[in-house]
Amino acid sequence: MAVIDAVRPAGPAPKPRGKGDVLLEIRGLRIEGQSDEKWTEIVKGVDLTLRRGEVLGLIGESGAGKSTIGLAAMAYARPGCRISAGTIMFDGKDLAQADDVEKRRVWGAKIAYVAQSAAASFNPAHRLIEQYAEMPLIHGLTAPEECRREAVDLYRRLRLPEPETIGFRYPHQVSGGQLQRAMTAMAMSCRPDLIVFDEPTTALDVTTQIEVLAAIKDIVRQFDTAAIYITHDLAVVAQMADRIMVLRYGEVVEEAPTRQMLASPQQAYTKSLWAVRSLRKDESRGDDMLLRVDHVDAGYGGGLMVLKDVSIAVPRGRTVAVVGESGSGKSTLARVITGLLPPLKGEVIYDGKPLPPALKHRSKDLLRRMQMIYQMPDTALNPRRRVHDILGRPLTHQLGLRGAERQRRIRELLEMIEMDERFLDRLPSELSGGQKQRICIARSLAVNPDLIICDEVTSALDQIVAEEILKLLLRLQRELKVSYLYITHDLATVKAIADEIVVMYQGRVVQKGGKTEVLTPPHHDYTEKLLSSVPEMDPDWLDGVLARRRVPA
Amino acid sequence: MNNAPNTLDVAEEAAALAEHQPVIVRRTRVERAWRELRKAPLTAWFGIIVIVLYVLTAFFAPLIAPYSETELVGGPFDPWSDVNLLGTDQLGRDMFSRLIYAARNTMGIAVLTTALSFTVGGLLGLLAAVLRGWVDQIVSRIVDVMMSIPQLIFCLVLLSFLGTSVLNLVLIIGILDSTRVFRLTRAVATNVAVLDFVEASKLQGEGLLWVMTREILPNILPPLVAEFGLRFCFVFLTVSALSFLGLGIQPPSADWGSMVKDNATLISFGDPTPLLPAGAIALLTVAVNFVVDWFLHKSSGLKE
Repeated sequence: MAVIDAVRPAGPAPKPRGKGDVLLEIRGLRIEGQSDEKWTEIVKGVDLTLRRGEVLGLIGESGAGKSTIGLAAMAYARPGCRISAGTIMFDGKDLAQADDVEKRRVWGAKIAYVAQSAAASFNPAHRLIEQYAEMPLIHGLTAPEECRREAVDLYRRLRLPEPETIGFRYPHQVSGGQLQRAMTAMAMSCRPDLIVFDEPTTALDVTTQIEVLAAIKDIVRQFDTAAIYITHDLAVVAQMADRIMVLRYGEVVEEAPTRQMLASPQQAYTKSLWAVRSLRKDESRGDDMLLRVDHVDAGYGGGLMVLKDVSIAVPRGRTVAVVGESGSGKSTLARVITGLLPPLKGEVIYDGKPLPPALKHRSKDLLRRMQMIYQMPDTALNPRRRVHDILGRPLTHQLGLRGAERQRRIRELLEMIEMDERFLDRLPSELSGGQKQRICIARSLAVNPDLIICDEVTSALDQIVAEEILKLLLRLQRELKVSYLYITHDLATVKAIADEIVVMYQGRVVQKGGKTEVLTPPHHDYTEKLLSSVPEMDPDWLDGVLARRRVPA
Repeated sequence: MNNAPNTLDVAEEAAALAEHQPVIVRRTRVERAWRELRKAPLTAWFGIIVIVLYVLTAFFAPLIAPYSETELVGGPFDPWSDVNLLGTDQLGRDMFSRLIYAARNTMGIAVLTTALSFTVGGLLGLLAAVLRGWVDQIVSRIVDVMMSIPQLIFCLVLLSFLGTSVLNLVLIIGILDSTRVFRLTRAVATNVAVLDFVEASKLQGEGLLWVMTREILPNILPPLVAEFGLRFCFVFLTVSALSFLGLGIQPPSADWGSMVKDNATLISFGDPTPLLPAGAIALLTVAVNFVVDWFLHKSSGLKE
């Protein structure tokens, strides 16, 4: 535990070098991606200049080519992609023309990469410190002993708990946030000139994200490393970057220093990005309760209790948001309501009548009235079935619609989610993330339900798409008077969509009430921590929050 | 799983681009299949043509073969001539005719056996993966017991016990092979059965059969098809091995495996005739696997 400024460093002195020199200069970069045996251009002539010690933020919606450009800064193209034109001058050398041997000499040593999912990027069979040491040893930079000392030093600077010993754990023995910091340490191991951060905090929840952000920001400053920070979260990029570059469809829309960009965006597209965060819904309460969960205890085998005495109520035609960090029991609550996990105690009352606890005892009509939308649209849609069949099946199965009547309803549903019939024959893999989620929404709406349980439906999507999905949900609620039980860890979404809020922590409800009531102080301690962890657009926000509270190790 | 958004980026980028492209015309199933076929590589086409030829041969055997399967038309081991295209076998039956008739027996048995083993093993495997619990336990343990006995010996015991007929041959090999199919199906289906879309269909109140055949089966097809290619060839081997031991297809019916065995003496005289039935097996095996590979490549999205 340390206040952030106290860590500011003695440590190994950064290599002497001219600050402000151009480190990376990309000119006319074009990258093509292969789909259906055809090459399509996905990055269309991007110029980018990065000076030593500077942090450049790349933002844009998914499919904008952010990650592709980030990787291209290392002259790497993912399988199925190729760099078709342009120069990538790194430290005076054109990497685009370099052969593999030359590139390998630069990778790891001079340019490092931090991936989005640390869990998937670490080798589960090796200890953290062995993986840390791999690069410096391969490049012959340090002796093994010295390398270990440096690792411990970096772990300490990144505020990992037990820095002396944490390196000897395996990746599955540390938490997601710790793993992400361990990966940052790994990227720092050769003291590179440039680190590419590819959405390093997107997979983390807000309370963990703030720790990782603070650690990354600090370490980059300490070593005066240049960085390319890729994210779709504007508030995050505002904290991290000196300069922001906005991308769309593989082209640069706008580029400016962070403060200037935040204060006065020039292009219409950038302005729309900024406006996204202003979606608000007026609170409205209701007394006609559609769903009531009464003193429910639930758990999985082995006596592990996940929910303890949970009671919530969802009024007809309103939205109740269930908030909490991962592991707080939000998703388990959804499983209890849907009947996938019968509760150990208490009951669920639906429309005035107690629900049979197990799924197999519920009637088809009950199942029809309660629908669910999932977090990952990628796994929620059967990859082998076409949109037409995905939407058509519940119509036939639940409502008995066939032939022309079914066709008409499918078209009506597509219209409702602002898509059209050219999508009918697509497979889910031929849709973008947002389109997939729309199809999931349409599938749940197909059978005219009263209640839709939304499990983190926007957290796998980037902000602009997420915003569109939220708007769609709000519009559908107005038109169809459907109730939502909205499970999320993202408070910004809650502000946008909820009427009532339930805050959960370690399987208990710690606070509940109307939106304004919960969001206005005084808060419960945990609510306060959640609220203050949500990044804001102010570039001084992170430093401010950290100064106000001690960052937990 | 966590990595999914990252790896999908390319596809998403392509999808984002596709939105700006003009309307795509709806296609029927046949049109889609034909489009896929036209894009198929040369090896796949070779495989398809060979398989079609084999099937035609089997169907029209009596029309193509100059003599019948059992007719004695010359002395034993006659050389190749105008009368007996590929000479005669150890009893003086026409080699060419027997080769053609054997296509019926050997392929017929192989197809039936493999189909049986995949129906039984696949269904039970899916059932075990979806239901879990005691169903899974019981079926899995029975399969374990069956697999603990060496397959060929098990076959021999059962065949000598039940008698050697084609029906018994198909049933016994099919059921013994289905244990392998069960293990594979159960393993891959368990991975798919925990995905959200399976849960979603259960929440819609879909029945067991629908979940098994419509939600899970299409997603585990690639490994099953690959296994089909392999099993199909293994059945040849088992049948040949059994024929060699005298418990396979009974004479005078022709099958490629026993034809090799019966005429093996000729090899020491430098006559390649006994290798022809072996070649027939090899060619079919290669053809089947070319087609399987193409399907696998297509459905798993593997690209160079």
